[in-house]
This record gives sequence, C-alpha cells and structure tokens, in this order.
Amino acid sequence: MIQEKFDAIVVGAGMAGNAAALTMAERGMKVLQLERGEYAGSKNVQGAILYADMMEKLIPDFREDAPLERHLVEQRFWMMDDRSHVGMHYRSEDFNEERPNRYTIIRAQFDKWFSSKVREAGATVLYETTATELVRDNYGKVRGVRTDRRDGEIQADVVVLAEGVNGLLGTRAGLRARPTPDKVALAVKEMHFLPRETIEARFNLKDDEGVVIEAAGTISRGMTGMGFIYANKESISLGIGCLVADFQRTGETPYGLLDHFKKHPSVASLIAGSEVKEYSAHLIPEGGYRAIPQLYGEGWVVVGDAAQFNNAVHREGSNLAMTSGRIAAEAISQVKSRRDGMTAKNLSLYKKMLDESFVIKDLKKYKDLPRLMHTNSQSFFLTYPQLVSRAMQNFVRVDGTPKVDKEKVTIKSFVRARSWTGLFGDAVRFARAWR
Amino acid sequence: MNAEQSVRVEDKLYYNRYLVDVGRPHVKVRRHTTPSLQLLALLKACPARCYELNDKGEVEVAVDGCIECGTCRVIAEPTGDIEWNYPRGGYGVLFKFG
Repeated sequence: MIQEKFDAIVVGAGMAGNAAALTMAERGMKVLQLERGEYAGSKNVQGAILYADMMEKLIPDFREDAPLERHLVEQRFWMMDDRSHVGMHYRSEDFNEERPNRYTIIRAQFDKWFSSKVREAGATVLYETTATELVRDNYGKVRGVRTDRRDGEIQADVVVLAEGVNGLLGTRAGLRARPTPDKVALAVKEMHFLPRETIEARFNLKDDEGVVIEAAGTISRGMTGMGFIYANKESISLGIGCLVADFQRTGETPYGLLDHFKKHPSVASLIAGSEVKEYSAHLIPEGGYRAIPQLYGEGWVVVGDAAQFNNAVHREGSNLAMTSGRIAAEAISQVKSRRDGMTAKNLSLYKKMLDESFVIKDLKKYKDLPRLMHTNSQSFFLTYPQLVSRAMQNFVRVDGTPKVDKEKVTIKSFVRARSWTGLFGDAVRFARAWR
Repeated sequence: MNAEQSVRVEDKLYYNRYLVDVGRPHVKVRRHTTPSLQLLALLKACPARCYELNDKGEVEVAVDGCIECGTCRVIAEPTGDIEWNYPRGGYGVLFKFG
C-alpha cells in the first residue's frame, strides 16, 4: 500500500510526536505519523498539566478550541505523614489572566484535538498502526520503519522517534539502552468524577479556576515517590508513583499504594462520594540529565519521553516533549531546506538547538537531584515528613507547655533522628543539587 | 501487610475499555520450572496484576487487563524471562481519559 516515500516519519502521536509532525507539515514537508492506538491519546497517561507557554509556540490560539479543563490559580505542596499534611499553598489572582499559564487537561481528549491539528496542517496520520522495527540500509543509516500492517516497510529521509518512555524501536535497534528500574517511576492513576459544584466547593474555586496538589512523604512508604491530586472541571485526577526499583525492592504493590494514598484523611475528604471511571498506569523517566541518551544519528532523532526528557522536580515532561519535538522538526526542516542529507552530522543541529533551550538547561540544573533523592529516600520521604509533622503540631497545639521548652523538644527530635552532621549534610547536599 | 490482597484490582480494571486481541497475547513468559526473582517481582509490581502463580508454582501472565505501562519489561525482559511487545495496532487498552 505505501509505495510513496516520505520526508519524515514520526513514530507516536503524543506531545512530542504531534509537535514534530505539526511543525514539519507546516513547513511543507511530507510527513507520515504512526500511532498504535485507535486514536491519539488512547495509549497515553498523564496527570495532567498543560503548560501554555510552550503550547503557544506551536498553536498560538490553542485556547480557542482545545479541550481545556481548569486554568490553575493555586498550587499546593503537601508534605504528608500518616495522619497529617504540612502544606505550602500559593494562590494568586494574577493567574486569572487573559492567557492563563497552566491548565489541567485530560490527555485522551486533548491529544485527539492536537492530532486533528496535525492532520489539518497536512500530515498523514495512520492510527492503529504499531511501528515494530527501524529499517536501515547497508551502511546502518535509518531509511524507514516496518509496521504491523501487511505493507512491509515505509521509507523516509528521517525518522523522528517520539515513541514514549519505553522506546521500543530505539532500544531494539541499539540506539539506546532500555530503561532500567532505577531510571523510571511507575505511576498509577484514577479518574474520580464529582459534580462541578462539589469540586468547586471543596477546592474553593469559581468558574474554571483550578488547583493542583503535589504530595510527598510517608504516602510512598519510604520509597522515592510523589502523589498528585489535580482538579478538572467535573473530575479529579489522582495518582501516585514510585521508582520501579523501589517497587521491586520492597514488594509494595502500586494499587496498594494508591489505595493507601486515597484513604489518607487529607485525601479521602477531597474525593468522598466520587465515581471512578478509569484506572491507568504509565512509566515516567526519572533519571534526569544523566539519563539522556544519544539524541540523533544517521537518519533519526529521538524526542520527548523516549529521550528521557523529564524534570521531576517541577513535574514537567509534556512541555519538554512538545518543545523537543518542535526543535527537532525545526532542525530537520533547516537541513532539508539546505538540500542537505539527514546525516548525523547535519542532525546534530537538533542537539545544538536543544542545548540552547530551557529543556537542557533545566535538566542540567537538577542533574544531581534524582541521585540524591534515591539514595536518601528514607530521610526525605519518611523521617523528615514525620519530624516536620510533629514539629508543626508541637507549634500549633496549645497545652500550657512554655514555648521555649516546646522548641527544645522539636530541635531535639530533629537532632536525635538525623544528628547535627546529618542535618547539616542534608541541607548542603540538597542546596547543591538544587543549584 | 496484606492490604494488597484486599484491593480488588479486577474492580479497577472493570472501568477500562479494552479491545482484546484474542489468541495473540502481546506478552509471554518464558517456560520455566522455578520462577526467577525477576518473575516473582512481577507478581506484585504489575499494576494490573496480570502475573500470577499457578498450581505448579510457575508464573503465568494473562494480558487481557494489561494497561501497557512497560513495568514488567523493565524488570524481567533483560533476563529473558518475558518476551514483551506492544499489542497490534488498535488493540489493547484504550484510555477514555488517560
């Protein structure tokens, strides 16, 4: 069936793939995009928060017809122990702006819309088509892909691997290593449906205002992990994830952890009475800068989660994905307009442009944090949350104990748990890794 | 900590939409008599509880409820304990929300 040769094949119709396909199609390139799901989004899972700044660079007026849930006016960080949470909340009227900065979205719906824009721009999109193998010529240059359809191979000058965290084609072709258990987190998620008015009352929202909560602490039972609770229009996205290596080591089950999180008094009250309509799971790249593989080669580039672009500190992955997809497409387009071949040397322009962007700069900034969190998971996810909770209760509870004595008790509890050198060391290590 | 046993994963999976590729499981367990540590880890790590011990103490996989996360691949493909693929195009889980 597919006799024609394309300028580019994009494997995957997620954030990175759609960004790449859209950008190349808009520049007049003949693009084929392959998606293994029935529709774009049917195989993808995310919290999900959409970062408008990066989306605007692709579709400036996306707000007009993109399916958006709530625009975020409040961000909460919760440090949790078993019966409490210590929270830092930031809410501002500044976020009720004409072009809001962040939105919650529902991926299956958003991706479908995004994919329609890709088709509108002129790309050919084939759904229900799983790419199974990269095809290379005798010199090892990628010249196309093979799919599970009966058509043999499809040829292109360049293949954009936007195939997600599992990266089947790239790993099979030896372009990069398969993710290891210490470099990916498994997150499980549920969609909880509630009437709009209930959500708005519980989170103190009006109209389409939204809130997101990022939570950490004893909810991950000593493992390195994070929970999230995001408000959509008529539902709450709720989930929790931990490093696969930690699940493997402890024997904790992901669904057991999710239920434990849901039963926490601070969480249970937010979802009480909800109707669950979906249960999903996905892997998230957690290795940071040090886990980034080779990004380009003879006839190929890799973008998005497949390139391990995820800023775990800021929960940013989809914007890195769409930006890397766009930048890769711009680089490819430049190479093509010079009538040059898609060689590794020419495609290195992609990496050069990426290095100058916030994508690599942000990942570089936090390159030491993954390792710090993983090697100190007990401290950061068990000890400190418990200490902080007790310190706060000590501060808040009024029982006639002189305040001086109360403070002494708190300080003693920290020192006993971590020692002065431990406390100092933790602070220094964290500050260094943060900078 | 047997809280996990009381979690009815089947109930969670019931909400999801699937198109099962009958007779073509996309993940297969290598034949074995004694399961490796990696295979045993899958009994707990799979979020859809696709892996179970049969009466002969072997680990078996049923992919009908698979949500295609790839966790089992990360844990058990390097040792060759499982053969992992995506389902054929259009088959498998189809998220309504994601």
